[in-house]
Amino acid sequence: MTGEFDVPKVEYALVLPLLVVFAGALIGVLIEALAPRVWRYQAQVGVAVSTLFAGLAATIQVGVGLEPLAGDVAARGDVVVEGALVVDGPSVFLWGVLLVLSLISVLLFAERRLEGGLTSFAGQAAALPGTDAERQASTRRIEHTEVFPLLMFAIGGMMVFVAAGDLLIMFVALEVLSLPLYLLCGLARRRRLLSQEAAMKYFLLGAFSSAFFLYGIALVYGYAGSFDLAAIDQAVSASTAGTPLLLAGIALIAVGLLFKIGAAPFHAWTPDVYQGAPTAVTGFMAACTKIAAFGALLRVFYVGFGGASWDWRPLIWIVAILTMVIGSLVAITQSDIKRMLAYSSIAHSGFILVGFVGLYAGSPAGEGLTSLSSVLFYLTTYGFSTLGAFAVVTLVRDAGGETTHLARWAGLGKTSPVLAGAFAFFLLAFAGIPLTSGFMGKWMVFAAAWAGGAWPLVIVAVLTSLVAAFFYVRVIVLMFFTEPGVDGPAVAVPSALTSSVIAVAVAVTVLLGVVPGPVLDLAQQAGAFVR
Amino acid sequence: MLPAEAGGGVPVLPVEAEGLFSLLWLIVALPALGAVLLLLGGRAVNRLGHLVGTAMSAGSFVVALVLFIGLLGRGEEERQVQQQLWTWLEVGDYTVDMGLLFDPLSAVFVLLITGVGSLIHLYSIGYMVHDERRGRFFAYLNLFVAAMLVLVLADDYLAVFLGWEGVGLASYLLIGFWAHKQSAAVAAKKAFIVNRVGDLGMSLAVMAMVATFSTSSFVGVSAGMPEASSGIATALGLLLLLAACGKSAQVPLQSWLLDAMEGPTPVSALIHAATMVTAGVYLVVRSNFIYAEAPVAQVAVMVVGLVTLLFGAVIGCAKDDIKKALAGSTMSQIGYMMLAAGIGPAGYAFAIFHLLTHGFFKANMFLGAGSVMHAMDDDVDMRHYGALSRALPITFVTFAAGYLAIIGFPGFAGFWSKDKIIEAAFAEGWIFGVGALLGAGVTAFYMTRVMLMTFFGDKRWRPEVHPHESPSVITVPLMVLGALSVVGGVLLLGGWITHWLEPVTGPEGEHELFVSALVLTAMVTLTVAIGVAVAWVVFGRQSVPDSAPQRVSWLTRAARNDLYGDAFNEAVFMRPGQQLVRGLVYVDDKIIDASVGGLAALVSGSSGQVRRSQTGFVRSYALTMLGGALVAVVATLAVTLA
Repeated sequence: MTGEFDVPKVEYALVLPLLVVFAGALIGVLIEALAPRVWRYQAQVGVAVSTLFAGLAATIQVGVGLEPLAGDVAARGDVVVEGALVVDGPSVFLWGVLLVLSLISVLLFAERRLEGGLTSFAGQAAALPGTDAERQASTRRIEHTEVFPLLMFAIGGMMVFVAAGDLLIMFVALEVLSLPLYLLCGLARRRRLLSQEAAMKYFLLGAFSSAFFLYGIALVYGYAGSFDLAAIDQAVSASTAGTPLLLAGIALIAVGLLFKIGAAPFHAWTPDVYQGAPTAVTGFMAACTKIAAFGALLRVFYVGFGGASWDWRPLIWIVAILTMVIGSLVAITQSDIKRMLAYSSIAHSGFILVGFVGLYAGSPAGEGLTSLSSVLFYLTTYGFSTLGAFAVVTLVRDAGGETTHLARWAGLGKTSPVLAGAFAFFLLAFAGIPLTSGFMGKWMVFAAAWAGGAWPLVIVAVLTSLVAAFFYVRVIVLMFFTEPGVDGPAVAVPSALTSSVIAVAVAVTVLLGVVPGPVLDLAQQAGAFVR
Repeated sequence: MLPAEAGGGVPVLPVEAEGLFSLLWLIVALPALGAVLLLLGGRAVNRLGHLVGTAMSAGSFVVALVLFIGLLGRGEEERQVQQQLWTWLEVGDYTVDMGLLFDPLSAVFVLLITGVGSLIHLYSIGYMVHDERRGRFFAYLNLFVAAMLVLVLADDYLAVFLGWEGVGLASYLLIGFWAHKQSAAVAAKKAFIVNRVGDLGMSLAVMAMVATFSTSSFVGVSAGMPEASSGIATALGLLLLLAACGKSAQVPLQSWLLDAMEGPTPVSALIHAATMVTAGVYLVVRSNFIYAEAPVAQVAVMVVGLVTLLFGAVIGCAKDDIKKALAGSTMSQIGYMMLAAGIGPAGYAFAIFHLLTHGFFKANMFLGAGSVMHAMDDDVDMRHYGALSRALPITFVTFAAGYLAIIGFPGFAGFWSKDKIIEAAFAEGWIFGVGALLGAGVTAFYMTRVMLMTFFGDKRWRPEVHPHESPSVITVPLMVLGALSVVGGVLLLGGWITHWLEPVTGPEGEHELFVSALVLTAMVTLTVAIGVAVAWVVFGRQSVPDSAPQRVSWLTRAARNDLYGDAFNEAVFMRPGQQLVRGLVYVDDKIIDASVGGLAALVSGSSGQVRRSQTGFVRSYALTMLGGALVAVVATLAVTLA
């Protein structure tokens, strides 16, 4: 041992998207420290948007340059940074989707017209609600522009999360994406107590689930002697029977990831947090966190534990059924639109899990429907509709801010038909009506699961999506076929930012329903995970 | 042995559309364009909405007629014309093309949909004249027509499903069109939900097709069917039957149709009588290559048809609401079609034949009922009618033509079509034959009841009502449809319809009857005469009570309550469902909070301060997670190591 230091090999060209996003986040921090307060909003939004665009451009460049690998399964990409990251088709696809969705989220974050020229984030988060400090912050028109760098750190974490080739990196990424989210949840300008409570709950439960995740990693390390997913795969495949160490590790890692996607019985935080968090943050979490967590879940289970799939499949079956049933049944009784959307997102997690247990392995030519491509497609469709739906929620307001009680949404179709029409369209997409992206997504994951022999699960899924359709239709009936109350909701006129978010979401929801081909093709081209 | 029964349905072997037939897409595009224009056009278009809508529908009819004539001029083997539009989705080797298939079966459907549809558009101009949202109404009508055309023209089950959901959506919008009526909004929702149950069957069927054949196109499935296992064939047949039951209001998914009568009357005529509700029959006939391999599913189709035809007829006997009486009869007549479709190649052509004649006479009678309601200030209770034959002469004559057609009066359209179905049913089995015969008698009874209560007897009008004949924009469609009700039977001349459908459904084959067909026809006519006579004795000779009598037999009471269809749904699905939801919510909110929360308090120990400052929920959530994690670990270990 001569203390010689091996310089790790870093493939800068391939991890460029990550570097760009983190660099943007750091610039955001510097702006916060150095720029005068009056310029910060403009500077932060500008930096965020340009960073995300640059990241997207870099992602596209990386994606175009990915070489197909020789092998019995169609795949492209490479293991980089000494095995810490895997830049393969699925990673790059998810990066692209995450970046586009976060670009849209930035627009929602930047909306200033609804709160009279300020963003919908607390003026001074440290001030106690109802104190002079809070009043001062609002009279002095202070706003937290830190939300933009926080958002970008979260996105960076998500991007690493879906590309991690190593359980330890994955854990670090999990924390990098979670911590900013905990903060963001507590930053609502209105109803601050509810928002802070949500942040606290999310933090405590998130920390709890991280502990499970970490403990699971430790057990798996004990079994395989490595954090590396490929090495774990070799260890798992080499032995004929699972050992308690491995199985307990798999179960605990699953708990940590299932928490993030909001699957039952680890879903309890979802409604509270979705309700309390600022709606723009809720939309971002509902879309992007779910995508990132599913990306990681798929990678860990297909790559690391693929050899033990007969051991974990029953667990996922049960969780999927529980999640779908609880999500769609409990949603029926919700009277708050954000809570209803939260339960709906739980149900959607269940539907995606159905696709997850389907037919994973593609054939050499990349033919046929695989779980991976169908889940990737579903996540894309779901992300856009969800962001759109939450964008609509930010607009239905009264004097006290957003009115999320369902009763106040009665007759919205009469007072503002375009907005209510857009919302109804998102709901139809969630319900999986043809010619919307939601139908194609559901169709893909169910068909993949069926092809993988999981037909009982598909029947449960179709039945629960029938129940889910019921509460979506209930909201549509409420909006269009009920007389508005005397103090019906006022719909705020948004700036171009929120309007364009809704317009883009509607357009994508239509397009992916009518001509899903190009995106499906991309998901298909992404190929399998590289190990 | 008949060739069809010897195994193997008729494979779909289309030829590429060229020349004249490249206009095929226009049939769908015109009404779709109309819907888009009217929905997005705003107020300016709204004023002209009724004209735009009607023109689009009529234009589509003209194109369809031209292409139909073109098809007539082609040789039999070239009568399945396919037009590829674009590739909807492509996943590896599974491809769904958006394509249209114009063959003898879809051709007659397209003519029915656009033809009757255009007449109903015309009628609606007059009927909805005072409605300020008339433009919107025509937008929905056009949307419906477009979706229905997709349903019958698509060449892939997944694309059929697209139209299937589209008509469901349009139907939902139109039933709830007068949403200011609470009952209309509820009925719209009910129709939507019940239809989703049927859609479940459809989507599972398509998935099973993809899993088995890697394709869901008619061409691919019909080619693959002969090699498929009988289990798959039966499953497909039963799933498609479930889908058909939902859309065509067949038992056990019949309950929504009666409530759907809350929609404007032209809607009832177009969607809930002539076109959409027959989609189930279309699906079964179209899937003949599946049912050819699935005898069990065929019997199921026949049983559903038989039960529904009696079920609907009994309901029709007890309803005082003219539209609901007609709705009961719709259900019953579609039951006849399903029965015929279940028989197989010997019945397909007659199912379609009855579907066409029914489309004429039932649309005619619904529009007639609308004209009567128009005259009676939107009162639908037949006990408030009576003696309208002189006040509404044109409505009376056209309605009478429909009446004679539906009961099967010799020479009228329904006579030919129903007679053929009863004949085929007798050849299939005694039970089916007797049931169908009985149904004909009951049909005669309740339709005579409607006729007598509405147009004959004493005036039982409410004081402020002064009936008058409707304007010509309403009566002209009535006259056209009335004429078709009379002469619709000509389609059977020389066995034209059976011969025409042969490329799709295969040859009809011979069947053996226990008596000659002529004797059977006489039996049917006699049964009908008895039904009419009984109705005459009960409702013609005595005066009709002004309000419904309360001291009635259990059967009447049951029929008034739709034979307890709703009560059944409520007891079997709704209440247990609500219990389940309540239970789940309870578990989600309370039990976790109470019991686990209590435990959590114990765990968190002595610190009362901490407990009070906490929300209480977090620790219980955390405990659920812990419990879930433990269960997950233990279950994973147990599954493998046990």
